[in-house]
Amino acid sequence: MVERSPILTAICHLILIGGIVLVCLPLYFAFIAGSLTMQEVQQVPMPWLPGTHFLENVATAWSKVNFGQLLVNSFIVSIGITVGKVAISLLSAFAITYFRFRFRLLAFWLIFMSLMLPVEVRIVPTYESVANAALPIQWIIDGLNLSGLWETLTGYHVEIALEWNMLNTYQGLILPLIASASATFLFRQFFLTVPEELLEAARLDGASAMRFFWTILLPLSRSNIVALSIILFLYGWNQYLWPLLFTTDKDMATAVIGVKNLIPRSDTEPAWNVAMSGALLTMLPPVLVVLVMQRWFVRGLVDSSK
Amino acid sequence: MVARTHEPGLKQAHFRTAGLPALLLLPQLLILLFFFFIPSIRALMQAFLLADPFGATVHFVGFDNFKALFESESYRNSIWITVQFTLAQNILTIVVALILAFATDRVVRFQSAYKGVILLPYAIAPVIAGVMWAFLFNPAVGPVAFLIKSFGIAWDPNRNGGDAMLLVVLAASWKHICYDYIFLVAGLLAVPRSLMEAAAVDGAGPIKRFFQIALPLLGPTLFFLTTMNFVYGFFETFAIIDAVTHGGPAGATNILVYKVYQDGFINLDLGSSAAQSVLLMSFALLLTLLQFKYVERKVNYSI
Repeated sequence: MVERSPILTAICHLILIGGIVLVCLPLYFAFIAGSLTMQEVQQVPMPWLPGTHFLENVATAWSKVNFGQLLVNSFIVSIGITVGKVAISLLSAFAITYFRFRFRLLAFWLIFMSLMLPVEVRIVPTYESVANAALPIQWIIDGLNLSGLWETLTGYHVEIALEWNMLNTYQGLILPLIASASATFLFRQFFLTVPEELLEAARLDGASAMRFFWTILLPLSRSNIVALSIILFLYGWNQYLWPLLFTTDKDMATAVIGVKNLIPRSDTEPAWNVAMSGALLTMLPPVLVVLVMQRWFVRGLVDSSK
Repeated sequence: MVARTHEPGLKQAHFRTAGLPALLLLPQLLILLFFFFIPSIRALMQAFLLADPFGATVHFVGFDNFKALFESESYRNSIWITVQFTLAQNILTIVVALILAFATDRVVRFQSAYKGVILLPYAIAPVIAGVMWAFLFNPAVGPVAFLIKSFGIAWDPNRNGGDAMLLVVLAASWKHICYDYIFLVAGLLAVPRSLMEAAAVDGAGPIKRFFQIALPLLGPTLFFLTTMNFVYGFFETFAIIDAVTHGGPAGATNILVYKVYQDGFINLDLGSSAAQSVLLMSFALLLTLLQFKYVERKVNYSI
C-alpha cells in the first residue's frame, strides 16, 4: 500500500465481506436445506437456522442413488484422469524436448492441435468412438477387404466384426478426458527451462535416457506435478457431460451425476433436503483439496492456463 | 549420443535415438488418435452427410445441413441466446472480479482468509452450483425467491424466459468469478510499486491510480480472461443449463452447446448436430487463436 487511507481500507473490507457473503450464501442455504426434514424445507419462509436431520438426509441420499458406490466411482475416475494424464504428458514432453528424431515436429504439431478443440464440441462423435472404440480398425479391415482376401485364399467365408464397447466402464470415463495436450505443454515449457548441464553431467556419469528421466527430470518436476494434479483432480471430479452420456448403468455414474438425479422435478416429491445433503457431500472432497492445498492450487491454475 | 545443435523447442543437449521417443509418444498419440482425431474427422464427415436416426441410409448432402441450420428459427434463436448469455456472464464476472481484486490488493489484514473463501467456488462442480442457485431462486421454496416476491415482483424461472436467463447467468458467474479473480490479484501484485508511488507523489488518489495505471497494465490479462470467459460460457456451462433449466422455458436458455446435445442425443438428428459441432469447433479455434496472441505477449505472473 502506498498511502494510508483508513476510509478506503474500511470500504475494501466491506467489499470483501460482501464477496464472502455472495460466495457463502448458496452454500449456507444448501446446508440449512440439507439439515431439515422435507416438511420443514417446504415452509415459506424457510428457517434461517440449520435443523438436526443432516445425517438422516445423507442416509436417504445414500440409499436413493447408491451414493457410496458413486463416490467410489468419482474417486477412481478423477484419480485415473490425474495419474493417466500426468504420466502420458510427462513421457511425451520428455520425448519432444530431449530427443532429436525425424518426426519430432510432426508429433509436436499433432499434440499441439488437440489444444484447440474442447471436448464439448465433439460430443456426439466421441460418444460413438467410446461406444465402439474398435470401429476405426473395422474400417481398415473392411477397406482392405480382408475377409474377401481370406475367402479367396482359403475358400471359407469369414465375417470379421470387431466390437470394443467402453460404455459403463472406468476406461470409458477416463480415456476421452485424458485426450488433450494442455499438460504436455506445461511440462514441455518446464523442461525447456531445466539447465542443459544436467543432461551433460548425467551423460558423463554414463546415465541412459530413461535413467536421466527417472533420477533427475522427474524429481525436478515434482512441484509442477503436484500443482497440476490438483487442477486435474478437480477437473475429473466435477465432470458432468461425459459421465452423463457414457453411463447408462446407474451404478457406474459419478457422484456429480447422482446429485443431478436427486434434484426434484415438477413430477417428483420436492425432496430438496436430500438433494442438498447430497450436493454438500459431493463437493466436500474437492473443497477440502482446495482449502488444504491452496498455494499449490493457485499455482496450478495459473500455470495450466499459460 | 549427446549432440549440440540448435532447434526450436529442443534442448541443446539431447539424445538422437529414434526408437525410444516413438515409444514414449505412443500412449499420448494413441489416445489422441482414438478420442480426438477420429471423432473430430467424423464430425466433419457427418456434417456433410444426411443419415436417418438408425444409420440405415446415408448420403452426401454438401452444405445442406448448414443451410438448414441457418434457416431454422430455433438455431438462430439459440445463437442470439448464446450471445446474450455469454456477454452478460462475461461482464458480470469480470466486473465483480475486478472490484474484489482491487479490494484484496488494498487490504493487509485477513487478506489470505478473504482469498481462500472467494476461491472456493472453483472446487464446486458447475452442476452443483446450478442446483444451489436453482434452490435459492425456486419459486415454491427458495429463500431468495421469497424475498423477491415479498417486494411484489413476479418471479418464476420455470415460466418466464427472462427470469430463467437471469438465474443461469448468476449461477454461471458465481462459479467463474474466482477464476478471473486469481489472475487479477496476481496481475495487480505485479504492477510496479515505484509507478504507484510516483503517481501518489503527483497527487493521484488510489481510485485514480487504479484506473490510470493498474487497469491499462492489466490489459493483456483482461484480454486473456475475456477469451477464457467466452470459452467457459460457450462450452462449460452445459451442466448449469442442464441442471437448472433444461434449455427452457421454450428455448429461452437453449445455448448452442446444449442444442448440440439435444439435437444429437434426444432428437437424434445426427447430421444437424454434427454441423453444429463443426460450427462450434470453428468458433473454439478462433478463441484459441486469440489466446495465442495473448501468449505471444508473454505476460509475466508470479504468485
